[in-house]
Amino acid sequence: MMPDLGKYVLEVNSSYVLSFMALGVITGLYVKRNRAVKRALAELEAAQDA
Amino acid sequence: MNSKPIAPTLWDRFWRLANPKTFMGWSSRVLPWIAAAAAASLCSGLIWGYFFTPDDMRQGSTVKIIYLHVPAALMAINGYLLMFVGALVWLIRRQHVSVLAAKAAAPVGMVMTLIALATGAIWGQPMWGTYWVWDPRLTSFLILFLFYVGYIALWSAIEDEDTAADLTSVLAIVGAVFAMLSRYAVLFWNQGLHQGTTVTMADGAKQENISDVFFQPLLLSMAGFSLLFLTLLLIGTRTEVRSRRLKVLQERERIE
Repeated sequence: MMPDLGKYVLEVNSSYVLSFMALGVITGLYVKRNRAVKRALAELEAAQDA
Repeated sequence: MNSKPIAPTLWDRFWRLANPKTFMGWSSRVLPWIAAAAAASLCSGLIWGYFFTPDDMRQGSTVKIIYLHVPAALMAINGYLLMFVGALVWLIRRQHVSVLAAKAAAPVGMVMTLIALATGAIWGQPMWGTYWVWDPRLTSFLILFLFYVGYIALWSAIEDEDTAADLTSVLAIVGAVFAMLSRYAVLFWNQGLHQGTTVTMADGAKQENISDVFFQPLLLSMAGFSLLFLTLLLIGTRTEVRSRRLKVLQERERIE
């Protein structure tokens, strides 16, 4: 199933691995911070309403 | 005096979308769809490009790097242009959501620039015989990356949110010159090593320098990168809107 990348196997695969890592890290950070801020705001609003 | 209420024009309705409360409403509704479309197009574009495209006659299998490099470079430039628009809207209309969108776009744009630079360097070594050359397009891309870093650093260096928004907006406008330069550098200076644009969308037609077998998965991958950018932009802007409200509430609590 794996394509034959010939002598450029390292170049092609490292490009894909690095790009996936970069996209994965930025997506993870955005989702994590979104959840944290959402929770903090909900807690503060609940405390102020109480 | 005419007491009849004036119906909001289309223009008014458009600006209402940038009202924080309205924005949170419509963005939560569209976000799952955009995220799903991003995942589908990105996965199918990259799987198609990596597994099911042939090698190029001259570049061999390194041609598969195009499915990452071109879409990332596209979003690096378009991301900065989006920041430029957000900054301009903030400076003219003082719409908070627009400047918060610019703030949210910056880290994603920076990552896109980094991917374009890294994949370009990895491709350049076997094809040009060097990872880096001070070619006009490469150099303007590096400067674009530095503008992204500077923009993010300036946001975190200034405590007052509105002052930070003003100063970063000016920086975003100055940096937009380099975003345009990175796109058109190959046209200004002929001595560069970097080839011309692979894909031209302006006239709705592709250029002759890429065949269909590479072009179709590339288009899908470009759509995937664009939709991923949009997904992260919406998530990030929603976070910034909430974060701003959180700070206002905390400040109010401190005063009381």
